[in-house]
Amino acid sequence: MADSGKKTIIMFSGELDKAMAGFIIANGAAAMGDEVTMFFTFWGLNLLRKDEKVPVKKGFLEGMFGWMMPRGAGKPGLSKMNFGGMGKMMMKKIMKDKNVNSLPELLASAQAMGVKMIACTMSMDVMGIRKEEMIDGLEFAGVATYLGEADQAGVNLFI
Amino acid sequence: MAEYTVNARGLQCPGPLVALFNQSKVASPGDIIKIEVTDQGFKKDVQAWCKKTGNELTELKEENSCIFATIVKK
Repeated sequence: MADSGKKTIIMFSGELDKAMAGFIIANGAAAMGDEVTMFFTFWGLNLLRKDEKVPVKKGFLEGMFGWMMPRGAGKPGLSKMNFGGMGKMMMKKIMKDKNVNSLPELLASAQAMGVKMIACTMSMDVMGIRKEEMIDGLEFAGVATYLGEADQAGVNLFI
Repeated sequence: MAEYTVNARGLQCPGPLVALFNQSKVASPGDIIKIEVTDQGFKKDVQAWCKKTGNELTELKEENSCIFATIVKK
């Protein structure tokens, strides 16, 4: 089979474990010399928010949404056995002890290796997340951009 | 022809691959990269990496649960 030299990953989920899986694959693919595009939509968008609160004008519901959702890659809990954050803390400790890269480290490493990250503008609009609240180095686009990239990719994942 | 040694001991997947990739980017064709890794998955991974990137794996051995790989940049 021909090597496409390209991978695309849809980051739909915002939980720590799922996001780690996505970012480990992205880092690995980039390290194999592949071009990698990650498309962040819905809960996955929260991973790309800045850690600090950015003052932007929002409607009441948008504000509530923004307040309730985790800000940045250092915040999310586990998809299973989270136990109100206890599970997350235990997992983070184990991963640190075993020298596994943290989610913010994996994100930074992916960006440094040139992984392209696209934020879905439609879900940003729905969830009331503004560009100013997002980390640097992102592209803002919609489903057609993602599909265009996926057409050329040999592997496409939905996480 | 230069020779590089990468100490990736203690790094977990995909850390060793990223370290190897970053070193191979600054190396020139013919250069030798020696890498030491404690992540046990690396034994298989380095073979897959070389196959995919077209670099040559000239030596692969394990001593005291540490994997030593020698790669020639193509």
